[in-house]
Amino acid sequence: MSSLSHLDNLEAEAIYIMREVAAECANPVMLYSIGKDSSVMLHLALKAFYPEKPPFPFMHIDTTWKFKEMITFRDNIAKKHGIEMIVYTNEDGVKQGLNPFDHGAAYTDIMKTAALKQALNQYKFDAAFGGARRDEEKSRAKERIFSFRNKEHAWDPKNQRPEMWRLFNTAINKGESMRVFPISNWTEKDIWQYIKRENIDIVPLYFAAERPVVTRDGNIIMVDDDRMRLNPGETPEIKSVRFRTLGCYPLTGGFESKADTLDEIIDETLAAIASERTSRVIDNEAAGSMERRKREGYF
Amino acid sequence: MKSILKFLTCGSVDDGKSTLIGHMLYDAKLLFADQENALKLDSKVGSRGGAIDYSLLLDGLMAEREQGITIDVAYRYFTTEERSFIVADCPGHEQYTRNMAVGASFADLAIILVDASNGVAVQTRRHTRICALMGIRHVVLAVNKMDLIEYDKTRFEAIEQEFRSLSANYNFKTLHVIPVSATEGDNLTLSSPNTPWYKGGPLLTYLENIDVETDAVQHSFVMPVQRVCRPDHTFRGFQGQIEGGQIQVGDEILALPNEETARVKSIFVGDKNVSSAVAGQPVTIQLDREIDISRGCVLVKDEKPIVSDMFNANLLWMDNDHLVAGRNYILKCGTMTIPATVLNIKYKLDINTGSHLSAKKLIKNEIASCDIITSKPIVFDEFEKTNVLGGFILIDRVSNMTSACGVIAHSLRRSENVVWQDTDITKDFRANQKSQQPCTLWFTGLSGSGKSTLANALEKKLVAMGKHTMLLDGDNIRHGLNKDLGFTESDRVENIRRISEVAALMNTAGLVVLTAFVSPYISDRAQARDIVGSDFVEIYVSTPLEVCEARDVKGLYKKARAGEIPNFTGISDPYEAPVDAEIVVDTSEITIDQAVDMVIKALEKLGTL
Repeated sequence: MSSLSHLDNLEAEAIYIMREVAAECANPVMLYSIGKDSSVMLHLALKAFYPEKPPFPFMHIDTTWKFKEMITFRDNIAKKHGIEMIVYTNEDGVKQGLNPFDHGAAYTDIMKTAALKQALNQYKFDAAFGGARRDEEKSRAKERIFSFRNKEHAWDPKNQRPEMWRLFNTAINKGESMRVFPISNWTEKDIWQYIKRENIDIVPLYFAAERPVVTRDGNIIMVDDDRMRLNPGETPEIKSVRFRTLGCYPLTGGFESKADTLDEIIDETLAAIASERTSRVIDNEAAGSMERRKREGYF
Repeated sequence: MKSILKFLTCGSVDDGKSTLIGHMLYDAKLLFADQENALKLDSKVGSRGGAIDYSLLLDGLMAEREQGITIDVAYRYFTTEERSFIVADCPGHEQYTRNMAVGASFADLAIILVDASNGVAVQTRRHTRICALMGIRHVVLAVNKMDLIEYDKTRFEAIEQEFRSLSANYNFKTLHVIPVSATEGDNLTLSSPNTPWYKGGPLLTYLENIDVETDAVQHSFVMPVQRVCRPDHTFRGFQGQIEGGQIQVGDEILALPNEETARVKSIFVGDKNVSSAVAGQPVTIQLDREIDISRGCVLVKDEKPIVSDMFNANLLWMDNDHLVAGRNYILKCGTMTIPATVLNIKYKLDINTGSHLSAKKLIKNEIASCDIITSKPIVFDEFEKTNVLGGFILIDRVSNMTSACGVIAHSLRRSENVVWQDTDITKDFRANQKSQQPCTLWFTGLSGSGKSTLANALEKKLVAMGKHTMLLDGDNIRHGLNKDLGFTESDRVENIRRISEVAALMNTAGLVVLTAFVSPYISDRAQARDIVGSDFVEIYVSTPLEVCEARDVKGLYKKARAGEIPNFTGISDPYEAPVDAEIVVDTSEITIDQAVDMVIKALEKLGTL
């Protein structure tokens, strides 16, 4: 009899969680990665507290290697909505000249993970909203919506607080903190449908456009600025490409596409998920029958 | 418009829970099988004589053990043309009762599996009980492994009959019984030719069509206030989710617990100004006049929930530390967070049979009927009537762990029968008469740390300063008021509670109270602070254990070391040192006079003297 759709339910759940944090935590922050999930989170936060502005700042951990369009988008969005946007960069890492070409895992560790911890400690945030979803990976499928972190920001999956109904336990001691995931129960599909329904701004990189790219180990990498190191013989080509996820441009693979409207993107994305499913399931079946044939003395 | 169905699956490893869901998703072509799963399948296929083991398409319990992650609730997502689904997948063994409770508290519907060759088992009864306790109203009984009993209709009907009479004890709104074979795929996504006598349709179709919308909209209006929205001085709105009924601009609402009324001036759903809103929507409500409303208040219309400070509840204990009756916890109910005490354990429930057992303490995964008292009256309701005002959690004051969850059975209407007697002579009057500010100076520390000596010297000094005082000393109180109490954990908790109440009364009489008790537990001192209120000053006598033991004025340490005194603080029982005491004194380094001067100065600085 209720006329609420599943998107309405998911929206209500996220807003409830955001209001709980604002009411119970002393110094929360919303992590903002500029991606589509962050765009949805920001939109939800604006709705949750209206007519008040979200009663907490937003924070972007900037590795200095993001796409230029992401940074422009971030600054415009902050201005448009009149929200406080903290931009934090691990300056030690910059001084050491860390970059995604030479330093691989160390680069990610220092410029992203360590930078986040430093920023949380510096501002003494006791709760940080994140846009992670449980459908993304297995360990996330088991993480609580309110996820406790000790003084070292570590998660202990063996000792999670039971989460009953919507009674979230926000009690912590000094130096400890919470990670809070209001869109835990959303799927990739929900995110795209909500972006469409609510007409939410997203970074243009999600839409296909003519962009200078090189193809490297099967990945299409955009030449976003002159820091991009070209291998001998590599010359940028102009191709119609778009991106499904956004991060540091030298580490983010795009793909060729003509989808330049939201509807086309949604169709393409959903088709990609579906085909991935089908092909994998077929693989599994094949593996099973091969196994059986092997045991039956096939070879 | 697509709706969402949240459900959980109950069954133990052998019941075929993972196989059921795995096979259903596989047949419906809804499975997101990632690379890792594919590899697992490669390495393990064959457990069913070479055929596909559908349970491997979900990461089963085995995988969890391999990853070293505690068996826990995992959430999975899938969508059909008809509906979006979220499955809470949780383990079914008795030692994971709390995990199942987490899943059940999240879900609208439970699929309970029974093995057709075994029928309704002890664990079936346990799963059903937990689901009912946590508020599940829709149940599907999947009678699995029908292939093993040759799709025998008579056997199926006997199991159905037994389960129906079992569930008559519970308040389920719908119960559907369905014969399936998880491995063979009977009645999962298609009606099976093996069960022509069954006309109820396949499981997936049932899940796509069942209406679990509670009668939330028919319920009378109720909205717990999450926060007050005040962007500027012209706007004051109350934010929360409507948990029942509906509201329109112009409606008169009642704000509890203060019982003030006002009319609705405007309603926002998110950022949209609307004329009405219904259950399930997040709203901001503006009223036509200023009344006293803050987080934890509840807005209602027509029907009134209960306002009281005492109730009976069924408690599921979830903490590694056991429950001690008399101990103080933080209770969260709706949007209210407040100190509360578990007064007693009336009886423990045998989770398999439902019979009542007597109990002194409660350990993890046990369920008991308890009476609970909150430090002030709060708004609540019976869980059966209003889930959102009847479910609560208890949080440990020291570890911050979610120690228990509970559902309120009924109010104990003590607060309506025992009203507070207002007297004409007030606390302030009595204090003014004595020209002093009443307070409780709570000394805590190890036996032999010098608490009594210091409190005694301090009292002499205070009397010399013209103060009216009273010293409550541990040993003396135990000779009279508390002579019925021993030294077990629950007796110590009660000891401190009584002393706190006496101190609070003497403060009301206008006196400066000094107490000298070991009071080893942080949570008990926190409770004392709650009872006494803002006049409470904690003084930690931090003399080290070696010094206390060397002094051994009463010869107690020697006896304790010899094992003659069980539960002796510092030797065989822990002392939890305060982290935020107002004053800390170490008597091993200074004389008594110096210590007294130090405390006096500190009290002056605090504004207590």
